[in-house]
Amino acid sequence: MSDQKKKLLVSAIENGTVIDHIPANHLFKVISILGLDSLKKQITFGTNLESKKLGHKAIIKLSEVYFKDEDINKIALIAPHAKLNIIHNFKVTDKRDVQVPEKIKGIAKCGNPKCITNNDNVNTIFYVLPKDSEKVALKCHYCEKITDPEDMEVF
Amino acid sequence: MRHPLEGSARFASEVADIPVVNAGDGANQHPTQTLLDLYSIRKTQGTLENLNVFLIGDLKYGRTVHSLLMAMSNFNTTFNFISPEELKLPDEYKMYLQDKGLEYEEHIDITDNINNADIIYMTRIQRERFSDPMEYEKTKNSYVLKNDMLDGTKENMKILHPLPRVNEIHEDVDENKKSYYFTQALNGVYTRMAIITSILGIK
Repeated sequence: MSDQKKKLLVSAIENGTVIDHIPANHLFKVISILGLDSLKKQITFGTNLESKKLGHKAIIKLSEVYFKDEDINKIALIAPHAKLNIIHNFKVTDKRDVQVPEKIKGIAKCGNPKCITNNDNVNTIFYVLPKDSEKVALKCHYCEKITDPEDMEVF
Repeated sequence: MRHPLEGSARFASEVADIPVVNAGDGANQHPTQTLLDLYSIRKTQGTLENLNVFLIGDLKYGRTVHSLLMAMSNFNTTFNFISPEELKLPDEYKMYLQDKGLEYEEHIDITDNINNADIIYMTRIQRERFSDPMEYEKTKNSYVLKNDMLDGTKENMKILHPLPRVNEIHEDVDENKKSYYFTQALNGVYTRMAIITSILGIK
């Protein structure tokens, strides 16, 4: 398939943000982490698109939506290779990578059922620790147990 | 504060405007036990530095083990972990030691590998920790320390246990001068007196 045809699979936007190189199996997690399901803007996405790097990737195009670094970096836990293209007037005006944050608050559930955060009204806080060169682990501030981002449940 | 949920004491300390002492939060941590363990180790070994520490029994749910490991990791300790497969030390503590560049070994059985120990720290294996009760019956007698197993151990070696014990230290060990767990429990009284006077500002 030519590049031109591939692009047509997900329509172009005039102004906004394109999030590319999301692993296809994590698309819906990315949607819930960024709270896109409650946004009233025009959003299109494609998934199971061929990707040399990821095998299958997903892409999200958001009209009139721009993200703060601290918000978009939350998806680095499950989509560390995601790329952001900032679009103005149909043109890419800026490109950004996501950065793995040191600490994340209130996005994900702790995997430990005996953790205080799963039994009382306490916001979760995780410290992001490097597991190996590719993956990270989330250590709960309260119970100190590790949650694997692959298994994490998003609020 | 002693509480069955993990992280409960840390949360309480964030919302209370008075000092909170964690007296055990679920299977997570037991820091006051650790202070008395450190006191007992230093008293018997003369130092906390460069010791060979064996932790034996339930290393998964044993909160005293988790706190002791974190505290002793500041003193260039070599750790040996002996536990049944189902009760092995959780990965987060192994990652913690790797981060600090400390050596550790894991074993399934108690053998003469205990001969180079400075401290043997026993913990009890509880029936309710096993998903399969038959597995518990098979396991419970494999982690019992008996007097004749101590013949080749070092002169300075001391046996600690947070107590209460079930059957993991045979009663014939109680008379051995290498057993220290009853004095260790007494040290707990002094250590906790010290903690309480320190938070009340009494000198």
